[in-house]
Amino acid sequence: MKRLLFIFLLMVSGSSYALDYRQLSDPKQQESYETLTSELRCLVCQNQTIGDSNAELAADLRRQVYEMLEQGKSKEEIVQFMTDRYGDFVLYKPPFKGKTSVLWIAPVVFLLMGLIAVFVFIRRKKAAAILHSDPGTLQRDVEKQKKIRSLLEKGDRS
Amino acid sequence: MLKFIIPLLLFIILAVFLALGLNLNPGEIPSPFINKPAPNFSAPKLQAPEQKLMPADLKGKVWLFNVWASWCVSCRAEHPILNQLAQQQAVVIVGLNYKDDPNDAQKWLDTLGNPYNVSIMDQDGRIGIDYGVYGVPETFVIDKKGVIRYKHTGPVTAEDVQQIFLPLIAKLQAEP
Repeated sequence: MKRLLFIFLLMVSGSSYALDYRQLSDPKQQESYETLTSELRCLVCQNQTIGDSNAELAADLRRQVYEMLEQGKSKEEIVQFMTDRYGDFVLYKPPFKGKTSVLWIAPVVFLLMGLIAVFVFIRRKKAAAILHSDPGTLQRDVEKQKKIRSLLEKGDRS
Repeated sequence: MLKFIIPLLLFIILAVFLALGLNLNPGEIPSPFINKPAPNFSAPKLQAPEQKLMPADLKGKVWLFNVWASWCVSCRAEHPILNQLAQQQAVVIVGLNYKDDPNDAQKWLDTLGNPYNVSIMDQDGRIGIDYGVYGVPETFVIDKKGVIRYKHTGPVTAEDVQQIFLPLIAKLQAEP
């Protein structure tokens, strides 16, 4: 049991944050450093941010971000610096523009298509139900319901 | 009839997208550098560290800027191709020895041959960042005015040389 617990703790303890923690003197800059390293993509590993990755390039880019913040560069300037060199791909949040519009709009379009499909489906079902029911069956339904209700009230003793 | 056509159309659209997705290479990131001036640097030469090289020194020449390192496995695959290209003397080849130990780099050139007219050192990877390097090897083609015209990511193959590099170099050499 102890061993299992130990193994479990090992499994959950794997912090993904890269090892070279950097502290900036200004807490605001520190915040920028942390958001930037969590928004820039590590281009070697692609599905990790530069803050998560231990790849050498990620370490270099973290150093670059750190140095630029120390020089008093703003977040926007640093993002510009990175996109100038690596393109929009370096951003985990791509900007909205011509080339990326499909990326941004497609989910909304698909949601709308789904909603319309569900709406049409339900309406068709309803229409079909009304079409197929003649007054006679409706009458019989009412009678059946009455019977059910009376059975529920009296209880079935048979 | 419509009942069959709509699912069929949906299937075809989906199939087309999936087929496109299969053929895309997510490792290939479009370079924002094409048709932009090559970023400036002033870096020590590998074989003569007291001398420095700048892109301005290469004005008027078409040159390849090849990022390499002795620790890079695919560079080893690419190396004989570069040696062959160097023999043809069609273009100046400049090496960027990226995040490497100069001694290892020198040893590599001694044993495998040196295709580079000159190699410069980028031990802390800063020039690499300025050129948007993310995977070694990478090769830039730079024209006589110092403008980047093409970027190749990954090892250059013999086919690439024949089909892409040589025609492009010939075209750029013909430009004023």
